[in-house]
Amino acid sequence: MPSITEIEQEIIDDFDFFDDWMEKYEHLIELGKELPLLDESEKSDDLLIKGCQSRVWLKANINNGKINYHADSDAIITKGIISLLIKVLNNQPSQDIVNAELGFIDKIGLKEHLSPTRSNGLVSMVKQMKIYALALAAK
Amino acid sequence: MIELKAHIDSIRKDFPTLQQEVNGKPLVYFDNGATTHKPRRVIDTINTYYVQQNSNIHRGVHTLSQNATSLYEESRNTVQQFLNASSINEIIYTSGTTGSINLLASILKKGHFKKGDEIIISEMEHHSNIVPWQMVCEEIGTVLKVIPVNEKGELVFETFKELLSEKTALISIVHVSNALGTINPIKDYIAEAKKHNSLIHIDGAQGVSHGVVDVQALDVDFYSFSAHKLFGPTGVGILYGKEHLLEKLPPYQGGGDMIKTVTLEKTTYNDLPHKFEAGTPNIAGGIALKAAIDYVQSIGFDFIQEQERILLDYLTSELRKVDGLRIIGDNDHKTSVVSFIIDGVHPYDIGVIVDKMGIAVRTGHHCTQPLMDKFNVPGTVRASLSFYNTIEEIDIFIKALERSLNMLR
Repeated sequence: MPSITEIEQEIIDDFDFFDDWMEKYEHLIELGKELPLLDESEKSDDLLIKGCQSRVWLKANINNGKINYHADSDAIITKGIISLLIKVLNNQPSQDIVNAELGFIDKIGLKEHLSPTRSNGLVSMVKQMKIYALALAAK
Repeated sequence: MIELKAHIDSIRKDFPTLQQEVNGKPLVYFDNGATTHKPRRVIDTINTYYVQQNSNIHRGVHTLSQNATSLYEESRNTVQQFLNASSINEIIYTSGTTGSINLLASILKKGHFKKGDEIIISEMEHHSNIVPWQMVCEEIGTVLKVIPVNEKGELVFETFKELLSEKTALISIVHVSNALGTINPIKDYIAEAKKHNSLIHIDGAQGVSHGVVDVQALDVDFYSFSAHKLFGPTGVGILYGKEHLLEKLPPYQGGGDMIKTVTLEKTTYNDLPHKFEAGTPNIAGGIALKAAIDYVQSIGFDFIQEQERILLDYLTSELRKVDGLRIIGDNDHKTSVVSFIIDGVHPYDIGVIVDKMGIAVRTGHHCTQPLMDKFNVPGTVRASLSFYNTIEEIDIFIKALERSLNMLR
């Protein structure tokens, strides 16, 4: 299993192929569409991370000491970014998840989406992903 | 038409921020409901204050302080004339509409409301005209009543009349809805308030930039607005209140400027309007509000309303052609604001994509969550136009919108 940094680098390399913002966003939208959806019935309020702009639902399962994240959002671009975050953090050692700086978001030019002022639920989602990892590490 | 275009071109030159590219495209600014841009004379006024006039007001005997005080008080005069208030004692400087409403809620709580009194607001209020009243209700046991909104985004006047009773102590409703653009017939609401001996406050944050507000003709008790939505600076607002009401009400914050004499045992309070203005205010901003009002008046509300009507009609008709688009708040009494949703596409995604094409629109719930709940939408895309916007910009926006839909659908 490649490390968090290795997966981040793969994503950075992928995004290097795009010539302009449109191709980049088209890719992001495709990723959002491919992300396995949470079932409507699973989108309960206790999984909801409320942003002013878009809403995010996050669920974590623990299998053999590894965390598996499932998430969804009502906005497709937010979903695309969720898909990248899940790709990077899924099934990683919990301590690595807690320590992950996720600098790739900046490097692929999507930093503004992870800004606290965006209020799209993503900052809180990352925090929540780390809390799940921390809880696991403590076990 | 050519003359009109030339006139708007020359108006646009007054606004430095409009002359820029965003993400490599000429800026199309359709977020005037959030804040308007500032004409050069407002910016120059602020600059001149800090470069040449900086001094504290209302205290100093020295020349700089005297001059700054004169400029600040001249601005108050201008606001008085702008609202046609009967006295400068009725013009209270605040930090903005939110500051005005919180001030009003605080002084009414101490000096007017009693337990069991009812406060009527509406379903289309901005959070700033909901939360302060909820806080009053929690604290002293007043009761909040809410005027519903119909499917066209208008207040239901008949239900409002049913809500009125001898318990009604205040009605506080918005002049123009920030989320939908609906212009409420506030004169009718004020008349009903008078019949029931209730006080009435109008949240004019979105109202003052679109038409003449004559507080005497309206006979309104309180009216609040922000300078920054009127082409002025942020951090400055006005609470207008009838003098005899403000006289009776207790002070708000304690501090400098609002006092007459202070001993460690007892303080006597200053006269209106200073009684409600504790501490050093935003002096530069207060002075620049005059420049903003002078500018608006030089453009003239006749022209502003005509231009906004042209823009609204064109934008509405172009948006109606977009597949799956639904206008939220589709009625005939609107300022140049169109709020909409599109089937299967989230407003946030549209906002992100059109921003990449240099277009600024607002997406989200516009600080009106109860209203969004009413229409059962997570939020909308809101295009709010001002007199400096153009038909060409609407064409660019519609093209960008279509392009974003091609990507997102």
